[in-house]
Amino acid sequence: MTSLALTHAKFQIIETARIPIALFGSAFFPSAAMLAFVVPFVGDNAEYATTATASMITFSVMSTNLFQYGVGVAEDRAQPWDPYVRTLPAGAGPRFAGRILAGLALMFVSLIPVILIATFLTEATVTPAAFLITAATTVVIAIPFILMGLAIGYSMPQKAAIVVAQLLFFPLAFLGGLMTGPGLAPGFVENLAPYLPTGGAARLMWAGVSDFPYDAGSIAALAGWTIALGWVAVWAYRRDEGRRFS
Amino acid sequence: MVLARAVDVTRRYGDNLALDGVNFEVEPGELVGLLGPNGAGKSTLVNLLIGIRTPTSGRVELFGGDPRQPQNRRRLGVTPQETGLPASLRVGEVIDFVSAHYDDPLPKAELLDRFGLTDFVRRQTGGLSGGEKRRVAVALAFLGRPQIVFLDEPTTGLDVEARRFLWDAIRSFSAEGGTVVLTSHYLEEIEALARRVVVIGGGRVLADDTVDAVRGLVAVHRVSLTVAGDLPELDGIVSAEREGDRLHLLTGDADRLVRDLVAYEVPFQGLEVRPTSLEEAFLTLTREPVPA
Repeated sequence: MTSLALTHAKFQIIETARIPIALFGSAFFPSAAMLAFVVPFVGDNAEYATTATASMITFSVMSTNLFQYGVGVAEDRAQPWDPYVRTLPAGAGPRFAGRILAGLALMFVSLIPVILIATFLTEATVTPAAFLITAATTVVIAIPFILMGLAIGYSMPQKAAIVVAQLLFFPLAFLGGLMTGPGLAPGFVENLAPYLPTGGAARLMWAGVSDFPYDAGSIAALAGWTIALGWVAVWAYRRDEGRRFS
Repeated sequence: MVLARAVDVTRRYGDNLALDGVNFEVEPGELVGLLGPNGAGKSTLVNLLIGIRTPTSGRVELFGGDPRQPQNRRRLGVTPQETGLPASLRVGEVIDFVSAHYDDPLPKAELLDRFGLTDFVRRQTGGLSGGEKRRVAVALAFLGRPQIVFLDEPTTGLDVEARRFLWDAIRSFSAEGGTVVLTSHYLEEIEALARRVVVIGGGRVLADDTVDAVRGLVAVHRVSLTVAGDLPELDGIVSAEREGDRLHLLTGDADRLVRDLVAYEVPFQGLEVRPTSLEEAFLTLTREPVPA
């Protein structure tokens, strides 16, 4: 099972890497957002620049995964190769795991420029220990967004998936407090954000890079979201029969 | 043991009834042809048996279990549609990927050799011709040393040589005891390969017998004659087709038709009576009788 998951991941990465523009696209937006918003506005304040970078990473983790899985899976399901793979003697597990591994690998590649920009163009700073904790946190917070993407990708056709991913991503970013620094969002956002997947994820990231406190309620909510989204993703995969014709 | 079975299976897509109370069984070692026009329901039946879709009602089994369960698909081989191979992967990589799903796959070199693909191993599938893709797709069905393979239109779009090559591969798999379910529009293909034909039309099994028996079952003959005017009202004509002043009639009883033509003093010329091809036999099974 694990080696099969690695096989799925490997071929997913090969396929992506042979179309390098896809890699470039996922790396471009977070870097562009860093250069447009973080560097000029909070770049010279170490504390703000650090948490803003963490917010930007959270933002790009959410958007890459939502689109990569939501739209990518819906696209794959429309290809005749997908129903063929479903006839091979393996269940959802290795395919899900392989997709997730490949997605994480590509996500990290797309985050490298963000980290380079934060390091060289802003005052953002973290200790090596905090960096490792934050890297691990990035993997953890990617999971609910991967599952959200899979739930979208497996439950609707490609065109609907694009729309739903777009409709979800902005409100989630805004209401989760990603557009503002810790404690700086409008009041209702501050109250709501800890219990949204984006807000919960951002809080974990902030806690990793700064002395922002870990909040048990917010972490529990994020765990709850992860379980719920995982359940929806598996349910959507099971009921999926490829593209529907009528 | 029955390898694949459909019991009273119905499948709807919205309001469209794709399969309507179908019963179907495949025994080990059989080479079964599923014959029917587009939209007849043969692909739906195959998709249910290989676990891609589920029946609306009724039951499907593969190796005695639910085809949706991966362990029941260990000895199953399926061809992907040729257009569906991942375009950016090389032929060798596609084989490696599929291979990884089986406990005891054929060695890559052996599969490549058997299907004449050795020269293509480094080529990306997107750059292959339609016929080359088809060969890769059919080869994949045999990669996991299957006990039963489902081949959907295996030689569509192939030239004669490539088709013979694949037919030989299918025959030798069958000769080694393998079980094959084949769908085709090519009646020639089903006649060349299958011993048993299941005719599907309008979501129902219209006939399930040997190739000879399906032909014999309808015992349809084609009666062709040159006649200027209209024919009188004659019984037993399944279809009539006019080609200039040449009239082609399909009938289940050619002797009676000829006697009637004589009895009615129809002024015909150039009478010709031929046994039908399977295709014509098939038309009479799926078409409602039409008046001449």
